[in-house]
Amino acid sequence: MSGVNRIVGKGRLTPAKTARFSFDGETYTALEGDTVASALIAHGVHLLGRSFKYHRARGILSAGAEEPNALIDVARDKARKQPNVRATVQEVFDGMIVNSQNRWPSLAFDVGAVNNLMSPFFAAGFYYKTFMWPRAAWKSVYEPLIRRAAGLGVAPTEEDPDHYASRYAHCDVLVVGAGVAGLSAALAAAGTGAEVILCDEQAEVGGALRYDAGVTIDGQEGYAWAQKAVARLKAMDNVEVLVRTTAFGYYNHNFVGLAERVTDHIAKPSQDLPRERLWQVRAKRVILANGAIERHMVFPNNDRPGIMLASAARMYLNHYGVAVGTKVGIYTAHDSAYEAAFDLKRSGVSVAAIVDCRQAPGAAVLEEARALGIDVLTGQSVINTAGRLRISSMTVARNGGGSPRKIAVDALLVSAGWTPSVHLFSQSRGKVAFDAESQRFLPGSYAQDCLSVGACNGTDDLQRTIEESLAAGELMAQATGRSSGEKIAISAEQAYDWTGGMIGAAEGAGPKTNAKAFIDFQHDVCAKDIRLAVREGMHSIEHIKRFTTNGMASDQGKLSNMHGLAIAAEMLGKEIPQVGLTTFRAPYTPVTYGTLIGHSRGELFDPTRKTPLHNWEEAHGAVFEDVGNWKRAWFYPRAGESMHQAVARECRTARESAGIFDASTLGKIEVVGPDAAKFLNLIYTNAWDTLKPGKARYGIMTREDGFVYDDGVVGRLAEDRFHVTTTTGGAPRVLHHMEDYLQTEFPDLKVWLTSVTEQWAVIAVQGPKAREIVAPLVEGLDLSNEAFPHMSVAECTVCGVPARLFRVSFTGEIGFEINVPADYGQSVLEAVWANAEPLGACVYGTETMHVLRAEKGYIIVGQDTDGTVTPDDAGVAWAVSKKKKDFVGIRGLQRPDLVKEGRKQLVGLVTKDPKLVLEEGAQVVANPNEPKPMTMLGHVTSSYWSENCGRSIAFALVAGGRARMGETLYVPMADRTIAVEVTDLVFFDKEGGRIHG
Amino acid sequence: MLLIHCPYCQEERSELEFRGAGDAHIVRPADIASVSDEEFEAYFFLRDNPKGLIFERWRHIHGCGRFFNAARDTVSDKFIVTYKAGEPKPEIGAAAEKHAPVETYEAVEGEAQ
Repeated sequence: MSGVNRIVGKGRLTPAKTARFSFDGETYTALEGDTVASALIAHGVHLLGRSFKYHRARGILSAGAEEPNALIDVARDKARKQPNVRATVQEVFDGMIVNSQNRWPSLAFDVGAVNNLMSPFFAAGFYYKTFMWPRAAWKSVYEPLIRRAAGLGVAPTEEDPDHYASRYAHCDVLVVGAGVAGLSAALAAAGTGAEVILCDEQAEVGGALRYDAGVTIDGQEGYAWAQKAVARLKAMDNVEVLVRTTAFGYYNHNFVGLAERVTDHIAKPSQDLPRERLWQVRAKRVILANGAIERHMVFPNNDRPGIMLASAARMYLNHYGVAVGTKVGIYTAHDSAYEAAFDLKRSGVSVAAIVDCRQAPGAAVLEEARALGIDVLTGQSVINTAGRLRISSMTVARNGGGSPRKIAVDALLVSAGWTPSVHLFSQSRGKVAFDAESQRFLPGSYAQDCLSVGACNGTDDLQRTIEESLAAGELMAQATGRSSGEKIAISAEQAYDWTGGMIGAAEGAGPKTNAKAFIDFQHDVCAKDIRLAVREGMHSIEHIKRFTTNGMASDQGKLSNMHGLAIAAEMLGKEIPQVGLTTFRAPYTPVTYGTLIGHSRGELFDPTRKTPLHNWEEAHGAVFEDVGNWKRAWFYPRAGESMHQAVARECRTARESAGIFDASTLGKIEVVGPDAAKFLNLIYTNAWDTLKPGKARYGIMTREDGFVYDDGVVGRLAEDRFHVTTTTGGAPRVLHHMEDYLQTEFPDLKVWLTSVTEQWAVIAVQGPKAREIVAPLVEGLDLSNEAFPHMSVAECTVCGVPARLFRVSFTGEIGFEINVPADYGQSVLEAVWANAEPLGACVYGTETMHVLRAEKGYIIVGQDTDGTVTPDDAGVAWAVSKKKKDFVGIRGLQRPDLVKEGRKQLVGLVTKDPKLVLEEGAQVVANPNEPKPMTMLGHVTSSYWSENCGRSIAFALVAGGRARMGETLYVPMADRTIAVEVTDLVFFDKEGGRIHG
Repeated sequence: MLLIHCPYCQEERSELEFRGAGDAHIVRPADIASVSDEEFEAYFFLRDNPKGLIFERWRHIHGCGRFFNAARDTVSDKFIVTYKAGEPKPEIGAAAEKHAPVETYEAVEGEAQ
C-alpha cells in the first residue's frame, strides 16, 4: 500500500505505479511521482530530522525548494550518496535508500536533544563568545567538536562514479519558472518565433497550479491547462522546455546558470546519461516568473513535526493525493490558508478550527468556511503547541491575553502570507523596493535586460498575472528583433481574492516573552535571538544576520529573512526599508560540485603537457615531476638506486663524459621583422644590435619597475630574425608582455612574434664529450671551437632534419642544444643516444640540471629571484646596458629603493659541515643568540648536495651579501643552528675553462 | 560572465576568451629614463579605482590576440563601448547618461530603498 493517508480519487499520481524505498531502514511503498516527503506523509511519517543546534524533532514544513527542515541523505549505493537533500524536492525511485541526519542513536531518541534543555546557554552568539580563547584551541578542539555536534549530513567517502555534463546555450528569451506566469510569457514569446528556453525546478510545470485547485483557466482546471500549454510549447521548434532545472544564479550580461537534474529520479538510469547537467545560458532577454514563497507564523513551539505551510498541505492533497493529518488545525494571517481547510474538508478530512489572528479576514473565505461548517476563530492566536515527535495539540487564546484552551490536532497548517521570490532579480543587481502597503519587497529598478512577472512581481490577481506575462513575453521577444506574434487570449478565474499577511512575531512571541518561536528552522534561530542581537549592539541587518546566523543555512532564509527583518526593525524602532534587506546570493538552492565541475575532473581537470621526447624518457626509466602543466623527466634511477644516488651519478657522468637532457619545455618565441633588434633592445636590459647573426647571448628582462621578470638565451639567426628562449614557466606571460609592448607602446615597430615552444624538440648535450657525440650527426657545420665557439647558433641539418643548433651551456661544460622539429625529436634523440651511450654518457633530469647549474652559479629566475630582485641583486648587472636610452625597466632601476645600500644580494653559502645540506627557504641570521624575533638577513633560495664538489652548496639572498664574503652567518632550524660561510656563486671550475673545451 | 565586443573581430564573445590588462590611456613617458620619481610613481604605480566609468584595456588573448580599450561601468559591469588600441579616448557623456548605473549588492546592503 502506498500509505494510509492516501485519499482515493485525489491527486494526480497513478495508484498502479509503485516504487519501494527505505527510510532509516524501514521499507515504504510510494507512487511514481511522489517526493520523499509526500510518500512519507502518506505513511503518516512526519518526523524527518533533528534541528541543527537544539536537536529538536523536525518534520516537513513545505512542499518545495524552500524546505529548511526535511534534509535527508539519499543513496543508490555506497558511492552514490548525497547528504542534505530536501525531501520535498527529491522524487522517489525504486530501491532508493533514505536516511535521516543529525541524530544519534536514532531519530526518535536523539542524545543531542539534551541541547534543547541546555538552550539557555546556547543563546545567539554563544559560540563566538565561549570558544574564543585560547586561540590555538579553535582549530584543533573547538571547531571539530562543534562541527560534529552541529551535524548536517555526512559526505560520501568514495569517489563519485557518476558523470556530469555541461553545455552553453544561447536564446532570445529565457523564462525562469513555468507556473501560470512563466507559461503565459513563454507562449507569447514563442509565438513571435523567438528562441525560448523555459525552465522550472519541479518535475512538472504548473507552479502554484499544482496545488491551487480553485483556479480555472480557459474553462479547465489550472493544472490541466498548464500541461496543455507546455505540450504546445514542446511541440514548437523554437522552444526548449527544461523541468527539474533550477536557475540558480543570475550573472553579468544576462548569463544565467541552470542546474538540470537528469537522473536523480530514475531507478536505473542509463550509464550514458549524465547525473546532472549545467546549462550556461546567455539570454538576450530574461523573464523572471519565480512566484512567491509562503511564510510560516512565528509563535511558541512552532516547529513540531506536523506543522507545515498551508500551501504545502494543499500540494500534498491535490497533487499527491495525501492528507497531512486526520484532524487539522489552521493558524493564519492570510486568506490563502482558508482554501487549504476547504480542500481538506471537502476531501473528508476533519478540520479542527481556523485560528485567524486578524479580526477581519476576507468576507468570501469567511462565508465559505461557515458554509462548510468550519470553526473560524478570528482575533485569536495559537500561543503554544504540544507533542514530542508530532504535534498533538495547539493552545489557542484570544489576542491580548484571553484564557487559553487546548485543541487536539495532528497537523497544523500555517500561513503568514507570501514573500515574492526576488532572489534572481536581486542577483541580477536589480534594486528591490519596499511596498509599505503590502509589506513586501518587490522588483524596483532593473539593472539587466530582464522583467519580473506574476507573483514575484507582486501581482496577486490571476487574470492580471496572465496579461502581464503575455505582454512581457511579446515585449521581450520584440526587443530581440522579433515581430509581434499572434494575439493570445487566456481567461482565468480564481476561487477567491486573497487578503492579509503579516511579518514578524505573532502573539506569544513578543518582546516580553522567552518562548522558542522559530524564524529560521534550519539554524534554530528564534524571535528572541534577533532581539538579543539588537540588545547586544547589532544594528545593521548584516550584523544581526551573522550574529544569529539567521538566513545563513542552506535554505538561505527563504522563509526566515522577512520575519527576522521585521523583528529587528521593531526592536530598532525603524521602518523596514531603513533596516534593509540582506543580500541575495547565488546559488538559489544548493548546487552539487559535480554539476559545477562537469567533465573537468581527474585527467581532464587540467591539461598535461608532454614533450616530444616523453615516450623515450619513460622507456628509459625516467621519474617525472610536474613543472607547471609539463611533465619533466626528474631523474633516471638505475636498478636499486635512490634518487640521491641517481642524481649524484648523473652529475658526475655529465662532467666526466657527457649528459643528455630534454630542454624542450623552454619557452621559445620567434621574433622576426626589420625592427626585431630594436624591439628586443626595448624589452631586454641587454643591447642586441651588437649581436651578430650566428651568435647568441644571455638576456635579462625586467618589468617597468626594474625587477627581474625572465631570462634566457637569445640567438640571432639573421639580421631580422631572433630565436628567443624563456623560462619554462614564463613562456606564456613573456609572450603576453612582449605583445603588450609591441601592440600598445611601440606599435610602429615592424616586428612579428610567434610562439614556437611546441614546434621544436630540444636535446641538450653537455659535457667534455658533447662534441664527439653531436658532430657526427651534423651536416654542413664545423663544430670546432674556432668555427663554432661558445654562444653560437646556426641553422643546419642534424640526422637529415633541418635544425637550429646552439652552442650554449647551462652546466659550465661544452654544450650543444639541438633544436629539431618536434615530430623528429625522438628519432634524433635515439641517434644522439646511440653515439652517447658507448662513450659512457648518461641521460639526466631536471634535478641534475639544477645541481649542475648551481655548481656554476647560474640563477634560475623564479627560484633565486622572487619579483623583488633586480639584476644587480641577482649578480647579473653586467647584462644591463649602460648605453641604451630606453628599455622596459630603465627608470624603475633608478628608483631610490632599488639603488640603496644593503639590498639583499644573491651569494653562495657553504656549510661549515660539508655534509649538511641546507633547506631551501631557511632564514639566514647574523647572530643566532639574538632574542626572537631575530633580525632576518635573508633566505636560502637553492641548496643541493654537489657530488662534483664533494660537499653541499647553496645560494641565498642576503642583505648586503656581496660585502660579506667570508663572513660566518647562521641558519637556525627547529632542531639546531647551522653555521655557514658566505662565498661567491661559483663552486666548480671557478676559472670557467671547461665551457670552452 | 561578461560579454565583450572585440573591436578587431567585430564580435561579442564570452569573457573566457579575454584577459584584462589594467587601465587604458596611461601614456608611457617618451623619455622615461629622465622622468622624476613622482612622475614615474604616477605613471607606473598610482591608479584610480573609480566607482562608475573606467577606461581599461583588454586582450582578446584566446581570439585575435589584440589589445583594445573599453569604457566600462564598474558598478553595473556594463560595457559602454570598446575601441581599438591607439584610438582616442571617446566622449562618454551622452552614452553614460543613457545607461543608468546601478548599485552593487554591497552598496545596497542595509539600505535597500
